[in-house]
Amino acid sequence: MKEVIATIKDMSKAFPTGPSQFWALKHINLQFVRGEFSGFVGPSGSGKTTLLNILGSLDGPTEGEVEVLGANVHQLSQKAASKLRSEHIGFIFQTYNLLPVYNVYENVEFPLLLLKMDSAKRDKMVKEAIAWVGLSDKIKSRPAQLSGGQCQRVAIARAMVKKPELVLADEPTANLDTENSHHILDTMARLNQELGTTFIFSTHDEKVIKYLKRVIRLVDGEVASDDLASGI
Amino acid sequence: MMQFLIKGVFRDRHRWLLPIIVALAAVSILVFTFSFLEGYKLSFERQTSRFVSGHLKVVSRAYAEMLDMRPYDLALLDIEAELAEWQKRYPQLSWAQRINFGALIDIPDSRGDTRVQGEVIGFAIDLFQDDTEIRRMQLTEALQSGRLPQKSGEILITNIAFEKLELELGDTVTLLGSTVFGAMTMQNFQVSGTIEFGTKSLDQGAVVADIQDIRQMMDMPGGAGEILAFFANNEFQPKEAARISKDFNARYSDPEDEFSPQMLSMLEQGNIGYLMQVFGLGMLWMSLGFIFVLGIVLWNSGLISGIRRYGEFGLRLAIGESKRQVYFSLLVEALFTGVVGSLLGVLLGTAVSLYFNRYGMDMSLYNQSGNVLTENMLYAKLNPITLLWSFIPGVLSTLVGAALAGAAIFKRQTSQLFKELET
Repeated sequence: MKEVIATIKDMSKAFPTGPSQFWALKHINLQFVRGEFSGFVGPSGSGKTTLLNILGSLDGPTEGEVEVLGANVHQLSQKAASKLRSEHIGFIFQTYNLLPVYNVYENVEFPLLLLKMDSAKRDKMVKEAIAWVGLSDKIKSRPAQLSGGQCQRVAIARAMVKKPELVLADEPTANLDTENSHHILDTMARLNQELGTTFIFSTHDEKVIKYLKRVIRLVDGEVASDDLASGI
Repeated sequence: MMQFLIKGVFRDRHRWLLPIIVALAAVSILVFTFSFLEGYKLSFERQTSRFVSGHLKVVSRAYAEMLDMRPYDLALLDIEAELAEWQKRYPQLSWAQRINFGALIDIPDSRGDTRVQGEVIGFAIDLFQDDTEIRRMQLTEALQSGRLPQKSGEILITNIAFEKLELELGDTVTLLGSTVFGAMTMQNFQVSGTIEFGTKSLDQGAVVADIQDIRQMMDMPGGAGEILAFFANNEFQPKEAARISKDFNARYSDPEDEFSPQMLSMLEQGNIGYLMQVFGLGMLWMSLGFIFVLGIVLWNSGLISGIRRYGEFGLRLAIGESKRQVYFSLLVEALFTGVVGSLLGVLLGTAVSLYFNRYGMDMSLYNQSGNVLTENMLYAKLNPITLLWSFIPGVLSTLVGAALAGAAIFKRQTSQLFKELET
């Protein structure tokens, strides 16, 4: 039996809109096990990113409970949430969000600096992560000198360098062409296999959906379908 | 981590350029302004002590009560013996007897009748015993025409009065005044030269005569309205002056005897102490004002830079930094840029100040219309305190600006900052 790493129980999330509230997520019940390669699929405004934010402890639920890697997101202090993210969770974004003034090596090194690791170990891990995404020859390049696909591969290396248990990827292929999208997805699928890292995507890209082993469809903040629940 | 962040600051000129330029400009202005003010203060000190107050002054207790009126009828008389004792007890001081007086100056025509009259203030100083007072009053430098008095009965008159009274060098003038006993007195003098001190209040109409001549005219043998004392290095030392005056008064001053001597430090005379305090407070207020104004400027530049960096902050929060860490790193960046900008500002300000310290600034035009006693050439004066008073506001204002701008990080939801990644 696989280990459960995230559980969402009857969780709802509301945002204030003037005097009333907008319910972005309604009564979500989900469970994720270690090593999953799953994703939230749905149109804009369906609540995909909000759900990823809550799983990444960047936001808390309004109602219900969310437990990620043994921690109740609702009860986490800011410090504890930061620690959870720095040690166990990696993020990949639609727009890469590399720090433009740092080179590839330094961008990938950044998460490890927060973990106060000794420099020799850090150097080994950074170079290893850059090798995973096939950019060892671009180690000194700045983001402006890289293509979109290369930037996203650096972002993947940055998310994976600390070998997190969970990687949250928000529309990671939205700005990429087909070839680069496949390249990125192949890389992530390989890392999922080799390192056993759990990947949860938010996407409406059919190319991504084809790679997912579990698709959770969201419509208007509610789970419309879940492959796991339907036994696919 | 700090090294990593500082590396980022170096590489992103948006982060350092404006704060460093602002700190550099402000601190250099502050250094120069403070050194100029310090030079102005010292010039005021020198000029005031030279003409008015000495570093210390001994007068009778009755005279002290009406110090601003210079009542020479309340002068200390026959004080040679006492003065000799004071000179022995306080060897660090150089003493000068003076009489300041007001008089009518009368210019006769060829028949001996009054052609024109005017009012003058008079400085009676020791012109002939040695040249100490001539050097102290800078009479050689002030001389515009003619020569310094060489014998009894000669006087110097200021240029303005000389022209107004239509005098010629060598003319005889009559000073009319009153003796210390209140009787009318008059004495003829020959104009040996004209002078210009460069300060309006002195140059309007003044005469300089030898103290023996004036003693004779005022009927005050061995007397002096004021006995000024100067430190040997010619620099006012407030603490030492206070110590000496306290000691002097305890020894020689009798509160029951209004003609007993009383020593006053320069700061105890009229509003000189107040003016000196204003200089000090001025520097404090200028520093605080600069922190406030620069803080606002850098707050705004920090806000603009911060808005540009919300995406970066969101990313760093996502990667696992806490808001406190991000905020702290902003302060470290500000400290770095503040220190660099302020150091550069100190260097630039010092260079400009050193230039004006060496070559001075010609203030003669200002002095012609001002009543504050300062020298015509003003030399900026740098000291370590000046540099510190300029450096600290530069760093503090950069920190205040970053602290205010960075507070926006705490006001925003983590997820909102995170969302800015996508914009």
